[in-house]
Amino acid sequence: MSSLPIKKESGEIGRTNRRKYFLEKLSGRVFLFCALLSVVSLALIIGFVFYKGSHPFIAGGYSITDFLFGVDWVPSEDQFGIFPMIVASLYATIGALIIGVPIGLFTAIFLAEIAPKSIAKIISPAVQLLAGIPSVLYGVFGLAIIVPFLQDNLGLAKGQSLIAVILVLAIMMLPTIVTVAETAIRAVPKTYREGSLALGASPVGTIFKVVVPAAKSGIMTAIVLGMGRAIGETMAVILVAGNSLIIPTSLTDSIRPLTTNIALEMGYAFGTHQEMLFATGIVLFSFILILNFVLARISSKGGH
Amino acid sequence: MEMATSVIEHKETRKNTATFKNTSEKKTKISVHNLNLFYGEKQALFDVSINIKEKEVTALIGPSGCGKSTFLRTLNRMNDLIDGVNINGKIVIDGEDIYDSNDVIKLRTKVGMVFQKPNLFPMSIFDNVAYGPRMQGIKNRAELNRIVEESLRGAAIWDEVKDRLKSSALGLSGGQQQRVCIARAIAMKPDVILMDEPTSALDPISTLKVEELIAAMKNNFTIVIVTHNMQQAARVSDKTAFFLNGEIIEFDETSKIFSMPSDQRTEDYVTGRFG
Amino acid sequence: MLGLLWLGAFLTVAVLVTIVGYIFYKGFRLISFEFIFNEYSAAGDGGIWPMIITTLYTILISLLIATPIGILAAVYLQEYAKQGRLVRIIRFATESLTGIPSIIYGLFGAVFFVATLKFGMSIIAASLTLTIIILPVIIRTTEESLKTVPLSYREGSLALGTTKLQTLYKVILPSAMPGILSGIILSMGRIIGESAAIFLTAGTVAAMPDSIFSSARTLTVHSYLVTQESGDIELAAAIGIVLIVIILVLNLSATFISKKLNKADY
Repeated sequence: MSSLPIKKESGEIGRTNRRKYFLEKLSGRVFLFCALLSVVSLALIIGFVFYKGSHPFIAGGYSITDFLFGVDWVPSEDQFGIFPMIVASLYATIGALIIGVPIGLFTAIFLAEIAPKSIAKIISPAVQLLAGIPSVLYGVFGLAIIVPFLQDNLGLAKGQSLIAVILVLAIMMLPTIVTVAETAIRAVPKTYREGSLALGASPVGTIFKVVVPAAKSGIMTAIVLGMGRAIGETMAVILVAGNSLIIPTSLTDSIRPLTTNIALEMGYAFGTHQEMLFATGIVLFSFILILNFVLARISSKGGH
Repeated sequence: MEMATSVIEHKETRKNTATFKNTSEKKTKISVHNLNLFYGEKQALFDVSINIKEKEVTALIGPSGCGKSTFLRTLNRMNDLIDGVNINGKIVIDGEDIYDSNDVIKLRTKVGMVFQKPNLFPMSIFDNVAYGPRMQGIKNRAELNRIVEESLRGAAIWDEVKDRLKSSALGLSGGQQQRVCIARAIAMKPDVILMDEPTSALDPISTLKVEELIAAMKNNFTIVIVTHNMQQAARVSDKTAFFLNGEIIEFDETSKIFSMPSDQRTEDYVTGRFG
Repeated sequence: MLGLLWLGAFLTVAVLVTIVGYIFYKGFRLISFEFIFNEYSAAGDGGIWPMIITTLYTILISLLIATPIGILAAVYLQEYAKQGRLVRIIRFATESLTGIPSIIYGLFGAVFFVATLKFGMSIIAASLTLTIIILPVIIRTTEESLKTVPLSYREGSLALGTTKLQTLYKVILPSAMPGILSGIILSMGRIIGESAAIFLTAGTVAAMPDSIFSSARTLTVHSYLVTQESGDIELAAAIGIVLIVIILVLNLSATFISKKLNKADY
């Protein structure tokens, strides 16, 4: 301990570090460039889709009102009204939420609060797995089971309908809602529950009066994410929607939402017809932007 | 008041050992002139000036939030990592203003640092100690072996770890980890080693070992140590600076600070009246 | 109220079990060595090997591009950037990309990669579109795992006179690696599950692709097309089994890796 064997060899370490500083600067620039690529991508996507989609209205003399509120979509006769599709998308999304949200939330609450650990341990990862399976498979299932079932039991000519879309989307959003909401409910501190129980509230009362309100922002996130998945879903919906161009007046009407209109016709559309599909995309995009805005509002409220 | 009496006892033992004689002959290693530091708008250091002699242990004491750690981290420019820190004044090490030169790599190879909690990387013990030299471009296996052994010996931990150099450093006890951290700093062959409350996370026995190590290391290094523990300052240091609210209130021989401080505030602090 | 909770959970589990059960029940008879490894044949007795290869191509190409860019972008945001307007813009862009539905990506890919850059309907056009889709996933998961690397590692390394770059590749990235890997696995799942964007950019040719500039179909698009065109539920279900097994394996390896992360982090 008395003397250290280290000798200072000057110059060995303290040589010029110019190369290192150069690399340091260069790498910083490269990293910044990579980070900017997501901004560039977003700008390109918005730019191209909006450029293509706004072209008929700016250069072609088409009316935006006719586009949004027109009821006839007949590309061969130069008629491009997407009102039926807007209505179909809204009905399908709202319907799916009405069925999917309560079931999803009840499941999430059950898994986080009521279920014995051993059961939750099996179900939670399984539900998570189902959030990852391709949505097309939900459509395949819908076409194979739900559509014939509706056809036979409701005496329909064609089982592909608004209600079929609603059921498929509701099932599809379940895993997303359950997974996100369960995480939010589990994040509520134990002390909240203990406080309520100590005041003599029943366990179920505690869940609904204390735990669920405390997890409100996470639960809202779950709902908005599920909604985003429903409104953006395309291929699964094509399989069960029937794709008729009418304003649905009953749950058994065949529908064509915005997304499926794009996917069905992009393959052969050109000229103004193709541009109108991009315009359809803009409308869909606007729905999503509104959703994102709502999501941002909710999460900023939750993050106190 | 118990603490105060024990501090005075320590002061007595220190006087007997008289290790701080001859200090007047030593060269100034670090010289700080009118250093001010701001976190954004808030000023954290006020006109700090101090001359730190080479091959001595200088302790920085003071209540939490007094700026002693902040000051320590200006000496190897670790505060550069924090956004919004502004510094004016001068810190001269070996005749060079460290904030004039932009070579922080060179500065940090010359001024090593040991942190409050052991912060070994999730690698083997060997790789931890060889990390710095490797980053300086030393690849020769034999040379690395030599540096690692010397450094671990220098940190008085060679015998405890020599048979498991290849196993994870995170498997060691806290005290052992801290000494490997010291070895990791030594491996860079620095002139100065900064220690930021190096024993605050350790048990008393490990603390004692690290203190013994510090005492032995001062033959080779200039050591600046921040400590909360006044007995520790009394035990290991030659000079002590008392910080309060971002200022140095008093800087003197450790024995003097603990026995007859010239400032009332220093006396209040070392006798345990606040802090 | 308690009854409703049980009912909700029961419904969820029942529906999901029914779907997976149905797909396995309907499709398992087709599963065989030949089914997996044979060339496709329009007669219906062929296999799905071209679609497996196409799926692998899209995964490989998009990961090859998105992984380095995504990791380095996350490094910039977490380790280099000063918080400010630029970072807010980048984060806003990344989050917005996450929310865009895949059919919009498909539209963009069709007009940009297929038409403007003249790749035509091809694996490469689809892969580049997928690259943008998974970029935010990789950025977010990498950022999350960089956040778990203790500040003390960075300080310890920098205090030894290393540069940020050295600290990054010797200490920070290795520590963050398990999290980054699960992000990559997550994006593989996303690519495999994708249909609309690929449908509009890779086309639907049901043959072994000659090169990455050929039009081809992935497994998921294939299962959609056989359902839509010929109503062949059995075949779609058999492809579904293959897809579910792949997703299962990916999920298990992600769980395994993140468990390893927790163990290494004692």
